[in-house]
Amino acid sequence: MKIAVCVKEVPDPGPLRRIDPATKRIDRSGDRSLNTYDLNAIEEALRLNEAGGGGEVILVSMGPERALESLRKGLAMGAARAVLISDEAAAGSDLVATSLVLAEAIKRESPDLVLFGQQAGDSDGAVLWAAVADRLQLPVVSQVSELSIDGGKVTAKRQSEFGYDTIEAPLPAVLAVSDALNEPRYPSLKGIMGAKKKPQDVLSLSDLGVSADRAGEAGSRTAVSALSPPPSRGDTQKIEDDGSAAQKVLEYLIERKLV
Amino acid sequence: MSTLVFLEHHGSGIQKASLGVLSKAASLDADTSAVIIGSGVSGLAAEAARYGAARVFIADDASLEAPLPQTRVDVIADLVKANGFANVLFGASVLASDIAGALSARLEAGLNWDLSGLAVEGGALVGQRSALGDTVLVDVAWTAEPRLGLVRSGSFEPTEISGAGAVETVSVALQEFSSKAKMVERAHAEQTGPSIEEADTLVAGGRGVGSPEAFSELEALASALGGAVASTRAVVDSGWYPYQTQVGQTGKTVAPKLYIACGISGAIQHKVGMQSSQVIVSINKDPNAAIFDFSDLAVVGDLHEIVPKLTALVAERKA
Ligand SMILES: Cc1cc2nc3c(=O)[nH]c(=O)nc-3n(C[C@H](O)[C@H](O)[C@H](O)COP(=O)(O)OP(=O)(O)OC[C@H]3O[C@@H](n4cnc5c(N)ncnc54)[C@H](O)[C@@H]3O)c2cc1C
Ligand SMILES: Nc1ncnc2c1ncn2[C@@H]1O[C@H](COP(=O)(O)O)[C@@H](O)[C@H]1O
Repeated sequence: MKIAVCVKEVPDPGPLRRIDPATKRIDRSGDRSLNTYDLNAIEEALRLNEAGGGGEVILVSMGPERALESLRKGLAMGAARAVLISDEAAAGSDLVATSLVLAEAIKRESPDLVLFGQQAGDSDGAVLWAAVADRLQLPVVSQVSELSIDGGKVTAKRQSEFGYDTIEAPLPAVLAVSDALNEPRYPSLKGIMGAKKKPQDVLSLSDLGVSADRAGEAGSRTAVSALSPPPSRGDTQKIEDDGSAAQKVLEYLIERKLV
Repeated sequence: MSTLVFLEHHGSGIQKASLGVLSKAASLDADTSAVIIGSGVSGLAAEAARYGAARVFIADDASLEAPLPQTRVDVIADLVKANGFANVLFGASVLASDIAGALSARLEAGLNWDLSGLAVEGGALVGQRSALGDTVLVDVAWTAEPRLGLVRSGSFEPTEISGAGAVETVSVALQEFSSKAKMVERAHAEQTGPSIEEADTLVAGGRGVGSPEAFSELEALASALGGAVASTRAVVDSGWYPYQTQVGQTGKTVAPKLYIACGISGAIQHKVGMQSSQVIVSINKDPNAAIFDFSDLAVVGDLHEIVPKLTALVAERKA
């Protein structure tokens, strides 16, 4: 099967995810890597093809050109090639604009299956797949924790607020997978060495036929007017376990009359 | 201004989260309507009126029986086009998020998600949400209509604010691709045993617990403390622990006196279900784990070392 996996480079979690008090912008100076939730989608795509007699796994991403470095992790895991849409005019795209750009990139590939991760670690939107599926006019199932493909159709199990649903859809289809679906593999040394040489296409908006006023800030319909720190819970007391943590936790609980 | 609120129903009732959004919207905009979509749903209109809907649109059709998003996108898109709503609001859920995301593409309309605040400024809707795992509060706006918003669960309590509730029946025209996904089975969880919502102490385990067997370590601590065991979605989706114990956006909302989070990263979808706990103690071996940002006591270490020791100490003290 030809499987397109939508992946994103995100800032590494950790203490650097803070607001710069001077500019009121998000501090993006830290390290960046492939969104960990997307590794589950890549893993699933690789497994489906390993079990189903081959095919091609293509990474599709929109982001700055340096994101290629993060995409190499997916290539090292086993994806065949990467398509990165990188354009100054696409910077600052919201859901409306991002879904348009990705949908156009996916149309060029006409895959049998489009996979998404469960959420982007920096936006936590968990909404993009539905927008892309609508533009592609394909069926969509999200939060997939189990899936099988047979006879040109996919059967997926997903959690809702009320328990588990089983949903069936004909291919091509769009699926977003849960982080519990599988355990992503570590790239082998050979994989890592080979990743650089795999095809990595960098496309502009005009390559996709998307006019500049439909992407980036111009094509977006939402805006951020201010950033501020959230109310804090109060001071967190932090301890590193040196063998006495259990004792310290007990004392803490006794002090607060919780035991 | 005019506002449409999607009301999600389950069984014979409307979900509390959507009623919360409806009553909030009605308090901001007198011209607030609701839409209920399903099969055999006309009886729900009165409840919508009670929480502030001036008009209640009912789309009642056998093809809408299964709670799948794409058919509902068709219905709402047609409604918005016909009535020109300025705002379309949703209480976040698995279903509502997929509808709102797709609607954004269909209507070329901006969507702000995870909203915890809504207000009207200069005649237009604005919102507040948190971002980057709740490390930043963001004031958000829309640059065009319709304005789509997904409200974080638990943000607004339903309050009775009666609306006229004029019922209008909607005709249903579905796109071909919208009915391709089919619901084959719905396995509803049965509640067995006492609910985690009632416990004063919860010992919660995430994927860091490592295996279904290792949950016995948490059960021992919970029983020493006289509490119950809770879990994350990653654990439930992996089949390690029952769905009824899941805390978070798609699970239960709890507010015990003590919440001990073991091997839980602290994703916002988990946080929304437990942040009102009085005291949060977390044990995680990653010093950068997000859960530490909202814990009272943060313990960096291996839960398999700490939990059994703590259990023994608690038991000793009680003896
Ligand atoms: C629409 C939607 C709805 C969702 N609803 C929910 C929901 O209702 N509830 C929910 O929980 N999630 C929900 N999620 C999923 C959520 O985003 C996270 O994926 C999930 O909460 C992660 O679970 P976890 O913390 O158990 O696992 P992980 O994120 O994998 O974290 C495991 C943690 O364990 C730590 N660890 C590992 N080994 C040890 C050890 N020996 N000792 C100590 N620490 C260790 C690791 O450092 C890590 O921080 C939802 C997601 C979406 C998109
Ligand atoms: N810029 C992007 N390029 C490609 N895929 C993306 C991008 N942003 C998000 N995704 C995909 O969409 C999923 C959900 O993202 P979000 O809706 O932003 O939380 C991620 O797990 C990725 O699979």
